[in-house]
Amino acid sequence: MLSSVQTPRLLRFQSFTLKCLHTHPTTTPPPPHSQILTIRKSLLSREISAVDLAGTFLNRLRNTEPQLKSFLYVSDVVLKEAEEIDRKIAENEELGPLAGVLVGVKDNICTSDMPSTAGSKILENYRPPFDATAVGKMKKCGAIVIGKTNMDEFGMGSTTEGSGYQVTANPWDLSRVPGGSSGGSAAAVSARQCMVSLGSDTGGSVRQPASFCGVVGLKPTYGRVSRYGLVAYASSLDVIGCFGSSVTDAAILLHAISGHDKFDATSSKKEVPDFASQFIARNHLDSKPLKGLRVGLIRETIEGGVDPDVISSIRGAASHLEELGCTVTEVSLPSFSLGLPAYYILASSESSSNLSRYDGIRYGKQVFADELNSLYGESRAGGLGSEVKMRILMGTYALSAGYYDAYYKRAQQVRTLVRESFRAALDENDILISPAAPSAAYKIGEKKNDPLSMYAGDIMTVNVNLAGLPALVLPCGFVDSSSVALPVGVQMISAAFEEEKLLKVGHIFEQTLQGCSFIPPLVADELGC
Amino acid sequence: MALTFLRGIQLNPSMLYPSSYFARKHGVLYCCMRSAQTQTATQEKEQTKLKVSTQSQPKAVDKFLKDFEAVIGIETHVQLSTLTKAFCSCPYNYGSPPNTSVCPVCMGLPGALPVLNSKVIESAVRVGLALNCKLSLNSKFDRKQYFYPDLPKGYQISQFDIPIASGGYLDVDLPLEYGGGHRKFGITRVHMEEDAGKLLHTDGGSYSQVDLNRAGVPLLEIVSEPDMTTGIEAAEYAAELQRLVRYLGVGNGNMQEGSLRCDVNISVRPIGQLEFGTKVEIKNLNSFSSMSRAIDYEISRQVELHNQGQIDQIVQETRLWEEGAQKTVTMRKKEGLADYRYFPEPDLPGVSLTEEYVNSIRESLPELPEDKRRRYEKMGLSMQDVLFLANDINIADFFDTTTAGGADIKLAANWIMGDIAAYMKNEKVNINEIKLTPQELGELIASIKDETISGKIGKEILFELIAKGGTVKGLIKEKDLVQIVDTVEIEKMVDKVIADSPKQLEQYRGGKTKLQGYFAGQVMKESKGKANPKLLNKILLEKLNAKS
Repeated sequence: MLSSVQTPRLLRFQSFTLKCLHTHPTTTPPPPHSQILTIRKSLLSREISAVDLAGTFLNRLRNTEPQLKSFLYVSDVVLKEAEEIDRKIAENEELGPLAGVLVGVKDNICTSDMPSTAGSKILENYRPPFDATAVGKMKKCGAIVIGKTNMDEFGMGSTTEGSGYQVTANPWDLSRVPGGSSGGSAAAVSARQCMVSLGSDTGGSVRQPASFCGVVGLKPTYGRVSRYGLVAYASSLDVIGCFGSSVTDAAILLHAISGHDKFDATSSKKEVPDFASQFIARNHLDSKPLKGLRVGLIRETIEGGVDPDVISSIRGAASHLEELGCTVTEVSLPSFSLGLPAYYILASSESSSNLSRYDGIRYGKQVFADELNSLYGESRAGGLGSEVKMRILMGTYALSAGYYDAYYKRAQQVRTLVRESFRAALDENDILISPAAPSAAYKIGEKKNDPLSMYAGDIMTVNVNLAGLPALVLPCGFVDSSSVALPVGVQMISAAFEEEKLLKVGHIFEQTLQGCSFIPPLVADELGC
Repeated sequence: MALTFLRGIQLNPSMLYPSSYFARKHGVLYCCMRSAQTQTATQEKEQTKLKVSTQSQPKAVDKFLKDFEAVIGIETHVQLSTLTKAFCSCPYNYGSPPNTSVCPVCMGLPGALPVLNSKVIESAVRVGLALNCKLSLNSKFDRKQYFYPDLPKGYQISQFDIPIASGGYLDVDLPLEYGGGHRKFGITRVHMEEDAGKLLHTDGGSYSQVDLNRAGVPLLEIVSEPDMTTGIEAAEYAAELQRLVRYLGVGNGNMQEGSLRCDVNISVRPIGQLEFGTKVEIKNLNSFSSMSRAIDYEISRQVELHNQGQIDQIVQETRLWEEGAQKTVTMRKKEGLADYRYFPEPDLPGVSLTEEYVNSIRESLPELPEDKRRRYEKMGLSMQDVLFLANDINIADFFDTTTAGGADIKLAANWIMGDIAAYMKNEKVNINEIKLTPQELGELIASIKDETISGKIGKEILFELIAKGGTVKGLIKEKDLVQIVDTVEIEKMVDKVIADSPKQLEQYRGGKTKLQGYFAGQVMKESKGKANPKLLNKILLEKLNAKS
């Protein structure tokens, strides 16, 4: 295993007042750059061809995939699509903003020319007849889908161990989980198997793996991105989100996939700003670029139960923001702890309904039986995994006559409270910050038989879904494990449809965070870092 | 539970691979019943009358029936004839080859989402207002969950606790052959939902096939108060709903095609008892007459059990009406209260109506059957005429257009109910399919009234107008049919006939005055039917009786 022989080249914060650079004053790595903008420049100046670029990524993917297992399917038309980009360049045709960009797509997002199984055996070999709206939009912008990434079955899980097919490893330490449920998408971006990727976030499934894998993870406002073609887990919470190795890449990707869709009645008609166009290059920033920005550090997220190293990373991020001119104060969200149980009731309830369609009748696994109920029972029993079955059972119970008021209805009331407490906190503050997860990546198998402890790991993220708000997770530091440093992300939350503000703050934060490089050891040498 | 014992479910192979589906079209595997027949309540009533009399009811029960009363409530599903389905853009045409009008949304493919067709709301509001309901300005959709192969998503998008309309009533005029009378039946609620697909059981039941063409077609479920007491009342309630749907233009209301489906809940109790008896649900009612007969049969069955002291044999169950045997049979016994685990549909935003929107729809409503009947009554038409004309929106429109042009009301009614109706019945066509226009009927009536043509000629050209079209004026001119009112001309013809019939003249003058008819006929023949009959007879009599 690579991780066991390599020593981490970057060390964690010694304390929240120290920056990474204090420990490595001589080899300050550059801040992350946008892969999308860089390759666009290279392609347009003909420094490199799209085919060469795709070849490089496919090679890296092939080399790392046996250890990582982040992909469930790799496209066999990547080079063909790259050739088409090269032809366009040669003929001076107009290039879309994502031309030649290699994108990984979470397997619960429908792609018409590839299997889309949502990580479930019940959809093994299922190929949808249509592209998800987000995928269609990316393709229109010239993106190349490199493959479908691994995930916890139907998005139910926080480790990607719940996949019906394979377990994905964390590129920073192959013995650890990449987080979940979008673990494949996060690991693939982290290990530079693709440039950016799409994930989905129902309770933190983009943000927590972004934190575990040291990449940027963006959960947009509910309704910002069409859900059409996203295999539903919990419809009122699900959003498609973006992973990138820089804030700029996440911003460009979000811009490409956002906007109203007539095929999704819950998609918003709000205008979509060109998020990245407002970004200011690091050398043009003044000394206090975020002067006057009010930042609230959510008190309930830095209390007991949270890894002290994580807390110090977040405090480090807070003081970095202060240095940039922000005023940081602690705020309390009184309903914070109620969010987790409310989330698990609502998400399970909706999923018990959303997953009813996997009955073996029209598509997917069908077990032949002499009698209808056996056909249903055996098809579902064989096709669905244990975590999924457990959530269907919980959701069915919560919606049953006589229990509805005590569970589902109560949880909806809590949801209203959560929304209101966020509104109050965001009236006083421009953004809120918190950890993205209570700990860094843990060991594969560590929580497999302890679902409650896995569920508890979602405490930092579920409230944001209940409120439908946008949140950005940025790598902000490291914690030490026994052998390697593991990345930690800070979560920034804003009011609905204020992604522009979040991304602007995130971009400045990222460009000014000195001394940290979030390229995992697995591929660092190859990338020359 | 015959329906649920399946050896296996099979689909067209294309559906197992949806990506290939859209590239291919499949041939028809089986014939779908097609029925162009439309029902009018009147036609139905005639059947009812005939068939009720052939029904074998236990004679002993009849004398006990008067000691009991039935309590009947009806749930009606009305298919809306919107251009596209409720939540996707697939069209729906009854009888299309299986699975040719489907898409990812109505097939329930992973990732597909419903988007509401706003015409569904409009239709629901129209029906709600026509049923005198209170509308919910803020309603929503809910999911009703159960597993069945014809339900692609495993849940039906419906409305649960906040229906779009509630608390209304429906006015019904009972047909005269059943004693007539006016009734007001309460409407509990009207809500919107989607239809399911169809299962086709084939090959001796060894497997079943699923046709999802109908899946996602918009329905209105209309629930009545338990206000009906007889089969006729129930059938007339349903017929009035059908009429309303057709008047409003929101659906075709065709029962054979399943565009209007009624499930009846029925219980009996001794007169004077306050609490309801155990209720039984009856399904498979494919016509108003079967509805009426099924209810009357069920009342007799339950009353008989009462009288035999076997009240415990009346259990909460669903019974099927068997047309062949003319009786109801147990379909399934009470399975406990089904738990559909309703919860708000998260894929669809709430349904909000503004007062302005509701008012604009209220103003656009056509004259409804009840208003039409009251207006016809005030016009002086008999109840028989009123019901005949108002029962069918197309006939009513024809009549209204005819009279709007100034035609005599009673004459217009008589022509429509007489010769025109007879023609339609013989040729099995409806009034929109005949070539005669209301304008020409008005012209015909006017031409007879002003004696341009005789009634006899009028009748002759009526059939020509119905079958071939054309104008009254054109036909009169073309066939030279203008009535002869010129005395001199008629006198000439009379003279000729008298001169040609010396024998008959002699007999007439010898006292056989009945021969006047013979002479009149001959003159009419001579005039090619065009002579004004009054004038003809007057002149004829003068000449016959003249002593020469």
